[in-house]
Order: sequence, then C-alpha cells, then structure tokens
Amino acid sequence: MNVLQTLRATVQAGGRDGGFWMPPAASTTAGEVDALFHFILWLSAFFFALIVGLMVLFVVRYHRRRAARPQRSASHNTALELTWTVIPLVLVVVIFGWGFKVFLDMNTVPADAYEIQVTGQKWKWLFTYPTGHVDENLHVPVNRPVRLVMTSEDVIHSFFVPAFRVKRDVVPGRYSKLWFEAKRAGAFDIFCAEYCGSSHSDMIAKVVVHPEGEFEAWLEKEGNVLSKLPPAEAGERLYRIRGCAQCHSVDGSAGIGPTLQGLFGETVPLAGGGTAIADENYVRESILEPQASVVAGFQPVMPTYKGRLTDAEITALIAYLKTLQKAH
Amino acid sequence: MQDAVTSPVPAGNALGAVNYLSERRGLASWLFTLDHKRIGLMYLVSILASFLLGGILALLIRTELLTPARTIMDAKTYNQMFTLHGAVMIFLFIIPGIPAALGNFVLPLMLGARDVAFPRLNLASYYCWVAGALLALVSMILGAVDTGWTFYTPYSTTTDTAVISMALGVFVLGFSSILTGLNFIVTIHKLRPAGMTWFRMPLFLWALYGTSLIQVLATPVLGITVLLLAVEKGLGIGIFDPALGGDPVLFQHFFWFYSHPAVYIMILPAMGIISETISTFSRKHIFGYRFIAWSSIAIAVISFLVWGHHMFVSGQSNLLGAIFSFLTFLVAIPSAIKVFNWTATMYKGSIWLAAPMIYTLSFLFLFGIGGLTGLFLGSLATDVHLHDTYFVVAHFHYVMFGGTAVAFLAGLHYWWPKMLGRMYSERWANVAAGLVFVGFNVTFMAQFLMGAKGMPRRYYNYLPEFTPYHVASSIGSYVLGFGFVIAAAVLLHSLLRGPLAPANPWGGATLEWQTTSPPPTANFAGEVVAGDPYDVERFEFDPGAGGYVSVRGAAAGH
Repeated sequence: MNVLQTLRATVQAGGRDGGFWMPPAASTTAGEVDALFHFILWLSAFFFALIVGLMVLFVVRYHRRRAARPQRSASHNTALELTWTVIPLVLVVVIFGWGFKVFLDMNTVPADAYEIQVTGQKWKWLFTYPTGHVDENLHVPVNRPVRLVMTSEDVIHSFFVPAFRVKRDVVPGRYSKLWFEAKRAGAFDIFCAEYCGSSHSDMIAKVVVHPEGEFEAWLEKEGNVLSKLPPAEAGERLYRIRGCAQCHSVDGSAGIGPTLQGLFGETVPLAGGGTAIADENYVRESILEPQASVVAGFQPVMPTYKGRLTDAEITALIAYLKTLQKAH
Repeated sequence: MQDAVTSPVPAGNALGAVNYLSERRGLASWLFTLDHKRIGLMYLVSILASFLLGGILALLIRTELLTPARTIMDAKTYNQMFTLHGAVMIFLFIIPGIPAALGNFVLPLMLGARDVAFPRLNLASYYCWVAGALLALVSMILGAVDTGWTFYTPYSTTTDTAVISMALGVFVLGFSSILTGLNFIVTIHKLRPAGMTWFRMPLFLWALYGTSLIQVLATPVLGITVLLLAVEKGLGIGIFDPALGGDPVLFQHFFWFYSHPAVYIMILPAMGIISETISTFSRKHIFGYRFIAWSSIAIAVISFLVWGHHMFVSGQSNLLGAIFSFLTFLVAIPSAIKVFNWTATMYKGSIWLAAPMIYTLSFLFLFGIGGLTGLFLGSLATDVHLHDTYFVVAHFHYVMFGGTAVAFLAGLHYWWPKMLGRMYSERWANVAAGLVFVGFNVTFMAQFLMGAKGMPRRYYNYLPEFTPYHVASSIGSYVLGFGFVIAAAVLLHSLLRGPLAPANPWGGATLEWQTTSPPPTANFAGEVVAGDPYDVERFEFDPGAGGYVSVRGAAAGH
C-alpha cells in the first residue's frame, strides 16, 4: 500500500466515523469537514516532519563536536526563499478554497428543512416545535434537513453538536440560524460553547435522532402530555422542561427562588412586609406577575411567564405543587 | 564553585568595576532611574512575578480539572481563576514580557546608543504598568472578575464582579504598551550608529520595530473598547448590551481589532530573539536576512486585517468569513518563511547546544505545531467544529507559551550574563529546558486531542469520557511547573555562585557583546561602529580572555 492509498484510507475512515481525532460523524456535512481536517492534518504532519527532521539532522551532523568550525555557504538564496514562499502560499490557498466551499454547504439551508425554534438561557436549552411543544432536548428525524432558528434570553451562548460538526453563537436581540441533516439514529451531546457564567459547563442537552418514521409519533405523543397524563405528572414534566427547576428546588434547598417543597397552602412572608397564603391564585399570580408578591429574602429576578404558559399548563403545575409535601 | 572566585576575571567582566548596577545605590536610585537597563530589569522582576502568579493560577485550574466534577474549588472560583490566569498572563506577562523587559535592556545596546530616545517616557511606561497591575490586583480583591479575559458582552456588563476596575487596569496597561512602542520607534529611527543602515540592523530590532507599530496603532482601540465597557456598566449607556439598545457582537469586533494584532505583539519579538540565537549558536550568518526582516513588517501590516477569524460562528456573513479566512492564511506565509530560514541557518554551521539554543530548538518544534494547527482554525469549515474547544486552547498555548514564553526563556538565558555579569550552570539550565519541553507537550497535546473530540473550553464540569485527557494534561502541567522551578533556581543560584561572565560569552556579533558584562551606565566606553550583525564567524573563543574575541575587523557588509 503506497502513501497515497494510506492517506486516502485514513481520510475515508475519518469521513465515516471521525477516526482517531474526531468524534463520531452523524450528519451529512460531518464527512466533508473530516476529510478537510485530515487533509490539513497530513499536510501539517509532512511539513512538521520536514522541519524537525532537518533540525535534528543539522544538530547531529553539524554539532560542534563533529564540526568544530562552520563551513562556508550562502547567507541567502532568493530563488530558494521564493520557492518556500510560493509553495506554502499555493497550499494555503487550496485549504482556504476547500474550507470555504464546505462552509458554504454548511450554511446553505435546503428549502424543505424542518424548522425548530431554539432558546438559550442561563443555563439550559429550550426547543419549541411547530406544534407548540417545548422540550429540553432536541428531537429530530433522521435523513431530513432541520433548520434551527435560535435566540438568547440573556447573554451569548453557542449551540454546538460535535457529532454534527456544527456550531453557531446564540445572541440576545437577534436570530441566528443553523441547519443539519442527521445521518443516523441515536443520541448526541449538545454543548454550550460560549462561556455564559457559573453553570456554563452544565448547559448540556441531547439531540435525539429518531429512526425513520418515529419522529412524528414522538411529537404527537409529547405534544399532548396535558391530555394524556394526569395533571400532577404533566405538571412535573413542565416543571422540569420549562425552566422552573433552574431556580426553584423541590427538595427544600434554597435556590435563586424559594423551594416549592411544602409550599402549597402555607403562609409565606412577603418582601416589604405582610404575608400571603400560597393558594392557587397566589401561585398563578407568581407565575404571570412574578414581581407582584415576592417572598421575603429573595430578589425580584423572575421573568414573567405571561403568554408562555397556557392556563391548562398553569393548572397542571399547581396540581404538581400540591404533591410536594415537606419531608418528615 | 570555589574556582569562580579564584579564577582570573574574564575579559570584559565589570562586576568588580564600575557598572550600571553598582554605580548608584539605594532604593531611590532604582525608583527614579532613567537608565533603560535598570528600567528593563525592574520590568523583568515585575513580569516574572506576574508570570509566577499566572502560573500558580494555571496549576490550580489544572488541579480542579483532574476530576469531572468538583475537585478543589467551586464553579464561581474556577471561572475567576481562568479569567485571572488569562488576564495576568496576557496583559501583565506576555505583552510587556519581551519588548519591555528584554527589549528595554537590549535595544539601545544593540544600537550602540546610550539610552532610548525618551528615558523619562520609558520610566513613565513602567509606572503605567505598575498602576495597571495594581488596578488588576484590586479587582481580584474586590471581587474577582469572572468574564474570561475576553470580557464578552453582555455577560461582562451584567455580571456583579469588579469588571470596571479590571477594565480600567487594562486601559492603563495599554498606555504602558503605547509609550514603550512609541519610544522604540523613535529610538530605532534616530539613534542608529554610524554604519548601521536599516538592513544592517539586528533582526531583533526589526521585530521590535514591527511590534511597536502594532502597539502604537492597535492599543488605543482596546483602550476605547474597555472604556466603553466601563461606561456601559457604570452609567448604563447602551453600547453593547441589547437590553439597552446595544449590539453585543460589536464588542467582539472592537475587542479583536486590538487583540488579534496583539497576538503578534506577543510573537514578533519572540521571533526576533530566535533570529539572534539561531545565528549565534550555529556560528553561522543568519540565512535570508531580508526575507526575515520584511516578513516582520508584513506580519505587522496583515495582522490588522484578520480579526474576524475569531468570529466565524458569530453570525457574520459568509463573505466576511471568506475575506477574514483568506487574509488569515496570508499572514501564515511570513511566519513560514521565518521558520524555513531559521532552519537553513543551521546548515553547515557548528552547532552549540547551550541553554539558549536548547530553548531555541524547543521554540522551532513548539511554534511549528502552534503555527500548523492554526491552519485548522483559519479554514472556515474546520473552525466551525473546533472554535471554542480545547483545540483552540492548545493552539494558542503552543504559539504563546511554546512560542513566545520559550523564546523569552531563550532570550533570558542568552542575555542573562550581559544583564547581571554571571554565568549559570549549563547542565542544570538544560535539565530545566528539557522538563519544560516535555511537560509542555504532555499538557497541551492532550488538549488538542480532547478539543478535536469536542471538549468545549472554560468548562468547570465535563463529561466523564474526557477524563483521561484532562488527567494527562494536569500531570503534564506539574512537570512543566517543576521545570520552571528548576529554571528559576538555576538563574538565582548564578547570582550568588555563578562564574563571572566575559563580555562576549556566546560569540554574538551584535553590539551589546562589545561592551562589558554588565555594561556601564553609559553603555559603551568609546565610539561604536556597527558591522554586519551576523558576521559571527569572526568571533572565536579565546581561553586566555575567557570568552569570544574578534579575530579580524568588522566586515563591511553581509
């Protein structure tokens, strides 16, 4: 097997499954990225070996133990120097062109792409489907282009799926877009790649690629949690995936907001004096107008959920709260 | 080391006679000195203290990352640690490191001049550095900044940590950098001696000249940017924060407009040092002088036009991406030319593996990897995957640490006898260089591997599959730290027990080797006439003199 065949085999291996260097390749463009990665890798390896090889050769051959005095040789050679200017120049132009071509492929969304809205916030991802269903993980069909329209609620995040070789910053105040087509079913990691504060490294979710035909069934099932599940169970799901869990614990520990354990029906002290009974109307008010009756000892930092939770969803959340008894 | 005391004083050693260290005494003679050598030495001590601080922070970070969850500190502390590590290393150590410490000492000597053009400005620049460093330390005490050294908005304008004092610290440090740059530009233009035309100038000076151009032209943009940041945070004026009507990505453009050229503020002087040491220790004329000189200027110019390659995934247009990617590849060419020319310089030489040369060869190896891995990041398609992963962290450490810091060590060991008049233990200096080389490669090779696999940077917790890489990287960092302890011990030991240094211990042909070690306050006793700075072959070791002496007159050209 000659060098060229070895190289090609390595590049193909890379294209198939990432190879030694890259993670598994699970999108249509991942193979293209990996092929370029391995091309640059082998080219770099060649030039590195050349330089270090010459360096070692010269150190051994011309070490002052063997070569007590320098020998005469030219102190410059314009033709030679132009050669090692022009050859790297041609090579980097090739790398540039190749990189740009694949980049355009990665940025040109096919017309029939399935669109999902993405919201980044400290420190979780929310994925909103065309049916209105919101999920904490990204579920997509295999072999179908998916387009993500992304924005942030607070600081800059960056949506990164190593297995798809895609990454795009998610910026507050604007929409950024990204697309991919998953080539195989499975679950892959989603990282936040732009530093966003204390729990930046916990802003991890999964992209679940459903096998042919199963995505629609999943969406149908998940989209109807409220009608399929008892209200308390639906409420528990909403608590987890709609952002409540970030600030309100259910185990009695204090977070950015008060714990929800044993809250329902209790009398709570309010900031600025007075008390309130945490009944259905108080919980509803706290969700829709969080600044109205803040519990003493907490900052008024909760965003309103007006327009983001339906009445049925709030009812389900209240049903869930009722199940959260104090530990004895 | 008894013989160090009893053996005859080598030719040109001035430790027992009048020199810049002994001529005046007392604290005030240092604090108000206008002597570029003393200012350089004060800078050296200050930046080495910063390097120590930044290094300790790095070791704490690596220790935390030994396990996927909490090891020794909580998330908030960790975020402050990596921010301070970056800010201290970049603003306090690596940007001033070579120009302000080594450059300050060597530049006038290489010109055969008595001092820099504006000695008072030089001292003012040092005190700007001190003031900036104090502000940075104050913000550590007030509530350590947790934004990352890049201060990206709107995170930096909404965090409750001491961003304003840190920003002001960076602002003041910028003045230190601008003043040094301005001083060097004027000095190089006006104070070259008889016989030293532009193309007979040592390449270290070409590199410092290119560096100074960037310092003077780019640093004001950083100053304005951090000032805008402070104004937004302090007065609530919307510039970058979308909640106030600003644009967060604008900050990135401003920030990188300075910070990418700043990368060349860091690496260009390092390249200058290598051009000196590779010639001296190969006992050969530098190969391709003009290509190396022009490549420094080419780098300085093109470096202004590549900042957008930090923003390939920020949502900038495809066209902008293409332009920045292309220019990024273009800036790689002058660096490639230098590497080829340095390697060619060794051809048919008589190579002396003294400590500065060991560091120089380390530099070629490490900078080679650092430069070549830049190709993966300059290329649009591969950068999308690698952006903000450990691959980037490894890449810039190979360039900034493996390149600049290792070249700094080469220069420090090269000029140490000139600065302080004593030689250090070659054997132990080489042991330290070896440990630094091995430790460095283990630390950051592991980071290339995990970065390509998708490990994002600035992660406090990480997925368990990355554990082996992190453990390897942390172990490497301990070896690296140990290497630095040895290097420091070797140099400090030399001050107490080192043999006296001759005027020209390595056989260098640049002018600083023609005065005593250490030099007198006025630098040179008589008139200096410059020859070819790379005609090293006319210097041969003279056992009677204890150092290298010229065996024939200065050659007219090169």
